[in-house]
Amino acid sequence: MIASVISAGFDVDKVREDFPVLKQRIHGKPLVYLDSAATAQKPFAVIDAIRKFYEVDCANIHRGVHELSQRSTAAYEETRTKAKRFLNARAKNEVIFVRGTTEGINLVASSWGRKNVREGDEIVISALEHHSNIVPWQLLCEEKGAKLRVIPMDDRGELLLEEYEKLLGPRTRMVAVGHISNALGTVNPVRQIVEMAHRAGALALIDGAQAAPHMKIDVQALDADFYAFSGHKVFGPTGIGILYGKARLLNAMPPYQGGGDMIKTVTFEKTVYADLPYKFEAGTPSIAGGIGLGAAFDYVTRIGLDKIAAYEHELLVYGTEALSRIPGLRLIGTAREKAAVLSFVIDGIHPHDIGTVLDRQGIAVRTGHHCAQPVMDRFGVPATTRASLAFYNTVAEIDALTAGLGKVKEIFS
Amino acid sequence: MNDDLYQDIILDHSKRPRNCHAMADANRKAEGYNPLCGDELKLYIKIENDIVKDVSWVGSGCAISTASASLMTESLKGKSREEALKLLEKFHELLTTDTPVTQELGKLVVFCGVRDYPARVKCATLAWHTLKSALTNSGEPVVSTE
Repeated sequence: MIASVISAGFDVDKVREDFPVLKQRIHGKPLVYLDSAATAQKPFAVIDAIRKFYEVDCANIHRGVHELSQRSTAAYEETRTKAKRFLNARAKNEVIFVRGTTEGINLVASSWGRKNVREGDEIVISALEHHSNIVPWQLLCEEKGAKLRVIPMDDRGELLLEEYEKLLGPRTRMVAVGHISNALGTVNPVRQIVEMAHRAGALALIDGAQAAPHMKIDVQALDADFYAFSGHKVFGPTGIGILYGKARLLNAMPPYQGGGDMIKTVTFEKTVYADLPYKFEAGTPSIAGGIGLGAAFDYVTRIGLDKIAAYEHELLVYGTEALSRIPGLRLIGTAREKAAVLSFVIDGIHPHDIGTVLDRQGIAVRTGHHCAQPVMDRFGVPATTRASLAFYNTVAEIDALTAGLGKVKEIFS
Repeated sequence: MNDDLYQDIILDHSKRPRNCHAMADANRKAEGYNPLCGDELKLYIKIENDIVKDVSWVGSGCAISTASASLMTESLKGKSREEALKLLEKFHELLTTDTPVTQELGKLVVFCGVRDYPARVKCATLAWHTLKSALTNSGEPVVSTE
């Protein structure tokens, strides 16, 4: 396969010009950034939007009558409108700003969970989950005396839906699963998972942290009750994320945190909470983060998520083939529906040694358990090396990874 | 690749670790664990009259932690408890500060390069933290470098 074929219809060189961080050398070698599942790099559009906010528009949002406050409020709220379109939510007030996916899930576990989960109830998660979609539910179950049930997976890293069916019952209150696994790249059949949850009378929350940067999300088509993702993985800033929830459910939930901005009136006797979405947004948020995220939505939408998904898939196919040719290398996670994540182990060489030697060649990968220790246990490995790709990566960079791994083997064998 | 971390001695000890076996008649034992990497280590020490007569280990981990355990066991034999703890202190200084390298460390100076890799310090110190636990018996039954 040659580079020109793979890049057909997608001008990756032009795209790379938008990402200043990519134009640098690490230990004397061109940076090859293969860690986008941890955080994605930021285009000029995002950096400029944040800069403009601090240089020109900086003020706290809401209630200010002065010009700067109105500008910052408008820019921040504009992102809510963009997020609504990005997710295809029904209404703007179904979009809650949070710090990230983790806070989004904690908000639901804490607010919805405390009100609705009783002793003996069950929460279903999957064997693929990131710790952030495990621990909040464990905390809830511990507090309420509820049970955590786990959908198992097969050796490819695909969830076993027939086992999932068996876990569903009259006590199932919530099914919380990832759209795409961060450790393995498995794309879960979330539409079906949500439908099965609904049939059992349960709600469904989707952890979209890994999906939002790589595919078009349509919360209405998925019929998800809640959908959470992080701004920094969709090429936006850290410290901002989105929780989508169906208005009917959000309206019935108690506030998550108390403070300014989430109230209508406060007296010492009684506080009347604000309407959606502000009921869940106590305190001054990451305003610059929200504005930067708006620029990120624009940027990604301009390139087109369909184009992004197609190009990344070609990179995945190329990368899978290239890595499979390396003797002693085992890919962990070979699901039929996969995002551009290449998680692997090499016989006799520890991932942290692989990561360090690759780093010396300018190649940034992640090594460790990827905040998914149960996934590592399932495959009987303490850790993996993970190359996770984005649309600014190239075939040449995958070749650099392959060559880098050659060097690793040379040193350690 | 001009790499100052994986020096030949380190690679040698990581591929052919020394003193890597259990010890039935050890009178001091401790376990170390690094949850981030999954590295684990069991340390066995036989102390007589306050002198380390024998020391061995079993475990699994990266090249740095394996070589560190291997070289540590080599350098401890014949040392008093106090000397061993002193060596630990010196080794820790070697990894975490810019102090000039001293002769007392002997072969252990090959780990000097680790100071430029802060994320790898815990790999090199796992065996030594376990040693401290074994010699002082003050800490948890399983020490962790996280």
